[in-house]
Amino acid sequence: MNDTGIEFRDVEKAFFRDDGTKQVILDKVNFTIPAGKTTVIAGGSGQGKSVTLKLILGLMRVDGGQILVGGEDTTMARGRKLKELRTRFGVLFQGSALFDSMTVFENVALPLRERTKKTENEIKDQVLSSLEQLELVGHENKFPAQLSGGMKKRAGLARALQLKPEIMLFDEPTTGLDPVMTREIYQLFARTQEQVGYTSIIVSHDIPKIFNLADQVMYLNNGSMDVFPSPDAIQWSQKPHIREFVKTTMGEIYQSHMVE
Amino acid sequence: MQQNSITRLGSIGLSAVTDLGRMGIYLLQMIQGCFRYPFRFSEFMRQMHFIGVGSLVVIFFTAASTGMVLGLQGYYSLHKFGAEGMLGSAVSLTLIMELGPVLTALMVAGRAGSAMCAELGIMRISEQIDALDCMAVDPFRYLISPKLLAAIISVPLLTALFDVVGIAGGYVAGVCLMGVNPGSYIDGMQKSVTNHDIWLGSVKPFVFALLIVWICTGRGYFVHMIKGAGFGARSVAKVTTQAVVFSSISVLIFDYLLTAILI
Repeated sequence: MNDTGIEFRDVEKAFFRDDGTKQVILDKVNFTIPAGKTTVIAGGSGQGKSVTLKLILGLMRVDGGQILVGGEDTTMARGRKLKELRTRFGVLFQGSALFDSMTVFENVALPLRERTKKTENEIKDQVLSSLEQLELVGHENKFPAQLSGGMKKRAGLARALQLKPEIMLFDEPTTGLDPVMTREIYQLFARTQEQVGYTSIIVSHDIPKIFNLADQVMYLNNGSMDVFPSPDAIQWSQKPHIREFVKTTMGEIYQSHMVE
Repeated sequence: MQQNSITRLGSIGLSAVTDLGRMGIYLLQMIQGCFRYPFRFSEFMRQMHFIGVGSLVVIFFTAASTGMVLGLQGYYSLHKFGAEGMLGSAVSLTLIMELGPVLTALMVAGRAGSAMCAELGIMRISEQIDALDCMAVDPFRYLISPKLLAAIISVPLLTALFDVVGIAGGYVAGVCLMGVNPGSYIDGMQKSVTNHDIWLGSVKPFVFALLIVWICTGRGYFVHMIKGAGFGARSVAKVTTQAVVFSSISVLIFDYLLTAILI
């Protein structure tokens, strides 16, 4: 497997609700996320898509099984090893997760200040160049509360890309954005992936638009993960729950068109 | 019915043990964070300003009123036995050994502790702490240790200020208003306060500072894991109230324990 591929082997994860009942998120799930490609994880709300991302990042622990990043088992990673693992990732959170008491510039500069030995001048040059690429010039001294939703996403992306990650995780990156901004964000993803060459994992509800970016699609439902090697393949699936999902998200016409 | 009660009791017990264990590990990580490189000096200074300078006014007025009340009450009690000359001794010992450290800690818990808890709670629910983790930036070193170090330095200094202002307040009430002899007030204080009393009064603020930062930042840091706290802004509000209550109660309990052990 390539260095930046991710493999789930018999991964189990469950939560216990306050009333003591168990909610199974992943039930001995097996799949591979290919390196350098874009994988979209789809599924209903509350099925555990974001939890899957947190398991990959080591922000949550698996109950059983193994997660391999670049062939290396990361499920038992602690301390320095976990830190090293995380340096390979960049994450764009659902709400951007910008530090609200810092300006856009300080937010984007934070990983460089904390994780590199660059001088303040070098950091300034790199941050301003990133902000220019992401069309945020002139907004560097604003605080996150003063930015629009799309600008926050772009600032979050600029921060996530500073350390040139090998793997980028996007957690519902276009939630709350208008169609024009959504399109711009997708173009930005495609452009940055082309430039940086990272492995991309996108959790999204924006079906079918997000399929334009996808090389592989995965569908999470009731603890099981269905993997489709292309966006077309999910539309041809005969599994009843997938057909229902395709029908709901893409509509009857789209599906019948595909069948024809 | 009985089984339900036993299940619920077991669940509460398990949750309490889990919470305690989590907070124990958190305490160790918080202390370790103080020794990790690079140290955030600017954040440490900001916290010193917030906890220390920001608390000056509230500490000054609390100390002045406490000292003056002690002066009046002390005079009223001692006057019955014709022992007004002991007023300086009574006021200074009470302030240095007990009221100074405890009231300062309670004021800091209410003012700065609540702010620390709310800040970390909001950072947690808006995924800012997760973002730090994902950037491989240690949140203990980055966020919490500067608060701990600033509190450990600020709280003893604020306590010293409390003691001085409180003793002066006692002087104003006892000597200036009630007519106690100024010489006997100062002399009584000098003769009765020993180095051991000052040492006892100096150890307490360090322990209280650790308790306040531990409990207040810990509640905020784990806001998403606290059973029954709910979600979103309401969970932060609930946990912030809990943090101030728990840290205040802990200060009072540890005050007794420290006095019992060290006196």
